[in-house]
Amino acid sequence: MSILSGRISQITTLDMSVFQHQVEEMLTRGMRLVSFFASPIYGFPEIFLNALLADDRYGKLQVLRVKKSRDSTYPSFTKKYSTFHCFEREICEQYKITPEEHPWPKRGIRYPNRKGSGHLGQFEKYPFFKLEGKEVHEVGVGPIHAGVIEPGHFRFMCYGEMVHHLEIQLGYQHRHVESLLLRGEMSKLAPLVETIAGDSSIAHTWAYCRAYENLCVANIVDLADIELVRGVALELERIAMHLAGLSGLSTDIAFLPGGSTYGRLRTAIINTSMRLGGSRFGRGWLRPGEVRSPITKSLIDEVRIILSSFKQDIDKINDLFLSSKLVANRFCGVGVVTKEVAIDIGAVGMAARMSGVVLDLRQNFASSNAPYDKLPIVAMIEESGDCWARACLRIREINESLYWINSAFDEMERKDWKLQLKIELKAPQSNAYAISLIEGWRGEVMHYLETGPSGKLAHYKVQDPSIRNWFALAQSLRGNEISDFPICNKSFDLSYCGNDL
Amino acid sequence: MLKTLRVKISQGKQFVPDVKGALPRGFRGLPQFSPTTCPNTCNVCMEACPVSGAIATGPLRMDLGLCVFCNDCAAACPQKKISFSENYKISSDSLEGLIVDEKITGLQVRANDAIKKIFGRSLKLRSVSAGGCNGCELELNAAGNVNFDMGRFGIEFVASPRHADGLVISGPISENMAEALELAYEGMPDPKFVIAVGACAITGGLYKDSDALDRRFLEQIRPVLYVPGCAIHPLAFINGVLGLLGR
Repeated sequence: MSILSGRISQITTLDMSVFQHQVEEMLTRGMRLVSFFASPIYGFPEIFLNALLADDRYGKLQVLRVKKSRDSTYPSFTKKYSTFHCFEREICEQYKITPEEHPWPKRGIRYPNRKGSGHLGQFEKYPFFKLEGKEVHEVGVGPIHAGVIEPGHFRFMCYGEMVHHLEIQLGYQHRHVESLLLRGEMSKLAPLVETIAGDSSIAHTWAYCRAYENLCVANIVDLADIELVRGVALELERIAMHLAGLSGLSTDIAFLPGGSTYGRLRTAIINTSMRLGGSRFGRGWLRPGEVRSPITKSLIDEVRIILSSFKQDIDKINDLFLSSKLVANRFCGVGVVTKEVAIDIGAVGMAARMSGVVLDLRQNFASSNAPYDKLPIVAMIEESGDCWARACLRIREINESLYWINSAFDEMERKDWKLQLKIELKAPQSNAYAISLIEGWRGEVMHYLETGPSGKLAHYKVQDPSIRNWFALAQSLRGNEISDFPICNKSFDLSYCGNDL
Repeated sequence: MLKTLRVKISQGKQFVPDVKGALPRGFRGLPQFSPTTCPNTCNVCMEACPVSGAIATGPLRMDLGLCVFCNDCAAACPQKKISFSENYKISSDSLEGLIVDEKITGLQVRANDAIKKIFGRSLKLRSVSAGGCNGCELELNAAGNVNFDMGRFGIEFVASPRHADGLVISGPISENMAEALELAYEGMPDPKFVIAVGACAITGGLYKDSDALDRRFLEQIRPVLYVPGCAIHPLAFINGVLGLLGR
């Protein structure tokens, strides 16, 4: 968990030219763009554009902002830094602030199709790329797919079996979450936050809780035990979703032992989450200032037995999976995203680590990142950037998380099971902001909360890693066969509703 | 070969033998109410609830079609009146049937004779996620895995609406999915029916006040089964469908 918070007045508002210069200078120095998002200015018609940058070497965050009016323009960053592309499109869609000379100036990040939004009817008119030629054809799939999964539209531009480009049109899942968050009471948003991306409930809820606790100026020392249990919750979620991915990948290549065994191993993990938190997705477990978990020695002893037999079983299936010629044949060299491309498009989380980018907030931000400061975790890195790398990364991260959970249990034992799992929170500060980042199983989850003069919530921005990683999936398909799409898609396993919000 | 055998041996038999009597430990299912009386003016549970209308006082009752089983009411209640049992038989064939009060002991799904007659021994379902968060979707998938093994009852998910007898809707039905949902339903051969899973699909749940929804489909087509939860539990789904089929 890394966090940046303070009074809103502490964020320097810059002129556009200075803003541009500083952002570019920071990027040149090796800092990384985490987010570029708009926030309305409380009581004024103008909008702030905020750039959040991270220095991953030293675990530092910095935010810069510039004031713009709606329906205005600014020089696009994207033409120089591809990593801005989805953010600039999003801001344009939300507030009609147009990036000039954006190389891919399409609307349609999530199509708010409401009356008065100016987007009515836009959904059907999406300007897909066109590939023309004698033996060129297009294949469109979705929004509804063959499996029990979320909806989205994929259009492949092919030459024979080979995909030249894949264009991904999302927005079908848009539920207007951010506006609903603003309507609720700030301390009671957890149930809604848990459904932003339902398979990353813990990551999103943790990010929300910590941002809220920071607005209430909670003491980090008092939160130590709470954060420890949250860490267990997050790592269980990571293991469970990696297993879901491995099971799906196995099924997609007809590797049946993997399909069934990883699937039932996931059951063991999510049932453990249910024992500890009351829900297979950990819903209702994390709340601001508390975790609701009946942690006792006897319960954890039971969980340890489950996890140790889980470890024995997963080792066997991993051994079979990794030595199977069928698996290697289907995954090796398929869907490659190189390190250069991953950095260029700003891929995060698993999508970055699979191609050799050392980016894991749990490691990079360890110093300010309870509980990973006391109980460190090592970032797993793969180099090849293909489906094989993404499968191997999952297997290694499962092992690492399992080890971490056991050391968290040891830590609880050292405290003799006397854990403070609830603290009283003061009222949130007024005119303040808090940004929290969590390394969820997909990658970096960001929540930005801002309060107005009365201490009420004035703005809430949510960012799921998927919005950045969808483009990595599109890149991975280039030059591959169209029949490789299912395994490429499954190996990234991105969230549709996390993108559409 | 040896490695495959090792996996096979470690796998053993994983299926839940009795889907009607299994005990999902720690699960928050059917609410139960202790006999203590609520103080007259106490509305703490209502204030704690994230979905307006899911819980009402005087007399105390809950609407499982709106409830997301988050436990916020139970945690807030000064009387410790509300708790959630591990009972997953929480489906109903009507919206009214989802409203539970202090007298409730369990929910029943009445068998639908027409559906039982035609699909009693083989039921193919098509899932459409219309704004679902991937929680219910994962649980629907899990209903068919080696643990819950819905296939043993002849119930399974199919890839095309053309092959389907029933449409399973998850999610609050986002405006951008409304048309695709209707097309999927139109594409199914008669006779056909609809099942709503999760608080989102049943009532809109946490999203019922969102302006990005279009729920007109459910005004025209009334589901024959409602499976509450956020997300649903595979056992809740399987038991609901078995009830519908009179099995």
